[in-house]
Amino acid sequence: MLSRVANHIYWMERYLERAENTARLIQVNTHLLLDLPRNVTLGWEPIIDMLSFRDVFYDLYKEADEKSVIKFMVTDTANPGSIINCLAAVRENARIIREIIPSEAWEQINNLYIAAKADGQSVLTRRHRFNCLHRIIVANQTITGLLGGTMLRGEGYAFLRLGRHLERTDMTSRIIDVRSASLLPDLSPEQSAFENIQWMGVLKSLTAYQMYRQEMRIRINRADVLEFLINNKQFPRSLQHGLMQIGKCLLELPNSESISQQVKALSEELQQLDTHELTQDRLHEVIDDIQLGVVKLHQAIDSQYF
Amino acid sequence: MAIRWGNYRAGEFYDELIRVANKPRPAAEEICKYLRNLTDQELEEYKTAANTAIHVMGITFTVYTEEEGSIDRAWPFDIIPRIIDKKEWLQIEKGLKQRVKALNMFIDDLYNEQRILEAGVVPKSLLDASKNFLPECMGIKPKHGVWAHICGSDLVRDHNGTVYVLEDNLRVPSGVSYMLENRHVMKRVFPDMFEKYNILPVDDYPSQLYDMLTQLSPRDIEQPEVVVLTPGIYNSAYFEHAYLAQQMGAELVVGSDLVVADDDIVYMRTVDGLSRVDVIYRRIDDAFLDPEAFREDSMLGVPGLMRAWKAGNVGLANAPGAGVADDKVVYAFVPEIIKFYLDEEPLLPNVPTYKCVNKDERDYVIENIEKMVVKPANESGGYGMLIGPHATKAEREKFVRLIRRDPRNYVAQPMLLLSTAPTIIGTKAEPRHLDLRPFILSGNDISVTTGGLTRVAMRKGSTVVNSSQGGGSKDTWIVDMEAD
Repeated sequence: MLSRVANHIYWMERYLERAENTARLIQVNTHLLLDLPRNVTLGWEPIIDMLSFRDVFYDLYKEADEKSVIKFMVTDTANPGSIINCLAAVRENARIIREIIPSEAWEQINNLYIAAKADGQSVLTRRHRFNCLHRIIVANQTITGLLGGTMLRGEGYAFLRLGRHLERTDMTSRIIDVRSASLLPDLSPEQSAFENIQWMGVLKSLTAYQMYRQEMRIRINRADVLEFLINNKQFPRSLQHGLMQIGKCLLELPNSESISQQVKALSEELQQLDTHELTQDRLHEVIDDIQLGVVKLHQAIDSQYF
Repeated sequence: MAIRWGNYRAGEFYDELIRVANKPRPAAEEICKYLRNLTDQELEEYKTAANTAIHVMGITFTVYTEEEGSIDRAWPFDIIPRIIDKKEWLQIEKGLKQRVKALNMFIDDLYNEQRILEAGVVPKSLLDASKNFLPECMGIKPKHGVWAHICGSDLVRDHNGTVYVLEDNLRVPSGVSYMLENRHVMKRVFPDMFEKYNILPVDDYPSQLYDMLTQLSPRDIEQPEVVVLTPGIYNSAYFEHAYLAQQMGAELVVGSDLVVADDDIVYMRTVDGLSRVDVIYRRIDDAFLDPEAFREDSMLGVPGLMRAWKAGNVGLANAPGAGVADDKVVYAFVPEIIKFYLDEEPLLPNVPTYKCVNKDERDYVIENIEKMVVKPANESGGYGMLIGPHATKAEREKFVRLIRRDPRNYVAQPMLLLSTAPTIIGTKAEPRHLDLRPFILSGNDISVTTGGLTRVAMRKGSTVVNSSQGGGSKDTWIVDMEAD
């Protein structure tokens, strides 16, 4: 497989995953705000922080109110990470390799971008937002399904999954980090009931709520949620699962031994964690390691294959 | 009721579907009946469905603008097919094969013995002034003696119904992907029309192209590595490059993917290191192909590619230098070229062409400039032409000066009354002018696409069919009226 083509496949899938995750984040935050008491202002700023866009955002907007953040994250072409820009990048990458990916998938990708662009304004109102973002999520899933159902299981598909799981691992780590830090530590006793709702929100941002229930069978608490999101091997958005998949993809690629070692080291670091004993500071350190690890993995993949 | 054939008038022009008002040609009877029975609303639905299909399938060409960078545009598509009876088509096909065979012999001769120049059939001066003649190619003998492996010849029909060859595109002809995709659109939108006709299929082209390309491989191996070399996504025909690569299962590469090593062999950069390339279907013009041999500033090409080709280590389609016969002055000599190499009469006529290089013909052209279509020798895409009857006085005078300054560079043809076909404009069918571009593949034998790409000038009265200048396209049906 051509290096350039592998590069485009990898980025196409990373942007696709990023667009979907961002849509989920906004979806869940919108719902979460409706459940919280009026005087608890969780707000929209954490979303900006999660994706490390604080500087870009405040260059463009004065205040992190709902409308500004949604606009910034969904339709603003000045934000390199906005959903519309991610989808444009998906399309541009796909366009360059359209002879590699199944033509039905290209049609869907093309369609998704055109539809998301046309839908642009309606996402700003809460009433239309759900449908709008839902369509994006479903279209992403459709594309993923089409690719999974039709692509040859060769190097191309390995690079596709590599992109997906690297991006997903990165996003899960960001959500854990920011959400657990901003979980309103100084709640008054009557407000602490809302802590649960927020952990539920964390799970829901990762579509993990139902799976958590099935798997853990216990009520929601910080330690178990963290254990589930970090180390559960069966949940497809956990950090451990992501690393495991990255490892599998690498096995299918030539000259991947040294990169595989990096993955293994990260995975072992996570396994040694005891989430019941985990302080917020330590968690933050571990997450930093993971994010740095993901960056280094990307660099290693980039210099080896692209 | 949407389309009333009684109101349809093509006037002095030959119409491809309608003989006279209300009287379709035999091959068009069914389709005219079908369209007549549609309501306005149904017609609108079909149009929308076709446009949606085009949009969703991403069938586009790229237009580059200063303000917006590159944008993809869907090419206007007309839902009424152009229909040709198989009996007539077989004659055209024969003529095209004859023509391309002779043209390839001509190119091979020019770069080797130059018998035709010695014999004085074609003047030597023609070569000296040709922009597309590459001295670097002298003495090279590509496989099968074939230089132009893929040729797109433009056919037109005049008011008498005679089919002429208007020009031959021997460099990097494009449009075949639209031919294939137009058929897909029609099948999606009008499945029921296909039940009423025996329409010959077109979709074998990519496998024929692939087979022909593998014949060019220098290595005698089971599966030679064939790649399509594109200038990249900003090229107007990028869609086609990607489409053909996909349909053939070949790699689509840009110049930077390829490297010619010290062993004069072409490799591509893969995730597993360098890997040998056997055949390149290049969609880059000669001048940009190899910065070592031609334009040094080319960012699109592959340094050393000419070296590798000359050493016989890689097959190139079309061969560099094939464009020497894709020249409007050479065109004028094609009937003589056919006679010289094949000792046959041309089966398909040329449009009568005046060569401005000859004084008598030049004087005639200048005297009658208001009736002439004047073409520069080396432009394509409809650029740099004068359409005498539609031009202003100043434009005509400008062309007279241009011809006098560089007569070798111009030929002129009488204004042809191009044929028309009904085309949906709003909710009515109106006559619009069209041409036809079949594609001819030459390897160890010659094959022709079934029909080709019909391009239609969407503007009333216009005869300019190029996509870059407001043209659209139609599906082309070769129908077997005798089979049942």
